[in-house]
Amino acid sequence: MMARLLAGLWLAVSVGVPVAPAPALAQSNVVILSTTTSTQDSGLLDVLVPMFEKKSGLTVKTISVGTGQALALAARGEADVTLAHAPSVEKKYVEEGKMFNRRLVMYNDFVIIGPADDPAKIKGLPKAVDALKRIAESQSRFVSRGDKSGTHVLEQGLWKQAGIEPKGAWYIESGQGMGQTLGIANDRRAYALTDRGTYLAFQKRVDLPILVEKDRPLLNIYSVMEVNPANGPRVNVAGGKAFAEFVLAPETQAVIKDFGADKYCQPLFVPIAGKKDEDL
Amino acid sequence: MSLFGQGIFEALRLLVTGDPEVWQITWLSLQISATATLLSLLIGVPLGALLALSRFPGRAVAVSLVNTGMGLPPVVVGLFVTILLWRNGALGFLELLYTPTAMIAGQLVIAAPIVTGLTLAAVQQVPEVFRLQMLGLGASRLQMIWVLLKEARLPMLAAVMAGFGGVISEVGASMMLGGNIKGSTRVLTTATVLETGKGNFDLAIALSVILLVITFLVNWALSWIQQRRRV
Repeated sequence: MMARLLAGLWLAVSVGVPVAPAPALAQSNVVILSTTTSTQDSGLLDVLVPMFEKKSGLTVKTISVGTGQALALAARGEADVTLAHAPSVEKKYVEEGKMFNRRLVMYNDFVIIGPADDPAKIKGLPKAVDALKRIAESQSRFVSRGDKSGTHVLEQGLWKQAGIEPKGAWYIESGQGMGQTLGIANDRRAYALTDRGTYLAFQKRVDLPILVEKDRPLLNIYSVMEVNPANGPRVNVAGGKAFAEFVLAPETQAVIKDFGADKYCQPLFVPIAGKKDEDL
Repeated sequence: MSLFGQGIFEALRLLVTGDPEVWQITWLSLQISATATLLSLLIGVPLGALLALSRFPGRAVAVSLVNTGMGLPPVVVGLFVTILLWRNGALGFLELLYTPTAMIAGQLVIAAPIVTGLTLAAVQQVPEVFRLQMLGLGASRLQMIWVLLKEARLPMLAAVMAGFGGVISEVGASMMLGGNIKGSTRVLTTATVLETGKGNFDLAIALSVILLVITFLVNWALSWIQQRRRV
């Protein structure tokens, strides 16, 4: 009977689902890493995580969300270690005692892109803040992430410095990841702030040149932080510490230094373990 | 070649060359959704039959609740189940978050009302006279329900299809509960979101095509069983 055969098949598919490891005992083997989307979308974690798992014998669960959410999860004790890129927000969590041992890992940079005809006339401006002022004055369309990601936090900082509260029909909040936001900016012929890595990955599909770059506030600094075990039950302190030490180790930093060179003809990140915010 | 052409070509290439990651993702999607559907049948069929055959105060409200549940937004289910499974949550001690089991739980919550609602409708459409006749001929209540379910099995296959279709295609709950972890909880829908975010549109289309083909094959097999007796 065909029907019975199919029912049997269905059952066969259903059983043998890889179920969770036995609770409690196995937990110390699992490290939950909450991190930003850019580290995953760039492919860097696909290289680093297996390296770490092999070396330490631990299993990493990477939860890749916006930096705002990554830090909020860690502050609730839902993660063991965080790799984020929003220094101002990170320092706040460290001050509150939710996170500790914040150490710089690497940086790359943000750029402001926009339509080639440049209606706001920002091309080549040395200061990102001045560029944003001109965009606001000319009411040129600007697409913001609007999602409390590291990129969005940096953008908000720049607006604040410019003394402008961006709102109006020209200011579009996508509420989505960097890739989708670039797509919207491209479609609307709008300006946008983006990290260089995602921009390089989308270069083929985004017809908006880089107009402003290499300003100090545009540095995109990634830090690793450990989670205070007081944040919640079951925080794997040793596992989180092991991962933090791993990303700062010289061998790992060497891998970060070369990452992306083959695909984009330029490395995506500059390793800076051991440096302080003031050094940059 | 257009982007769609490229995507379809890529889908074929990945399947034919047996790309291990794509196969693993595909297999996991099938396993999780098949298990969730199976479990939803175990809950939904008895519950639906019970609701169809019993009369009690508040039944109308219960039926409306089930019908509302048929349209539960997966992200809402995902969010609620995630909060339950958090380390700080009520079920945190189970340590199930970011595992396939958590995804099955979420999909079960999505599929169970669909199966319940459609079973309810299927059993109710069997004429009342038939029921009374069976009881009159001395059948016990359980025997009657069994015969009714057998009689209603064709519309109930539609319940299986709708339940399975609902969960294999949802992304919100799977993303939150599984975390889209490579090699462990990444399924076709979450992988499609990821590859779109990375700008790998051809791979994203390829994964979508694979998802569509699987859904089609499962529904084709079920429809075949459903339709052949009609001839």
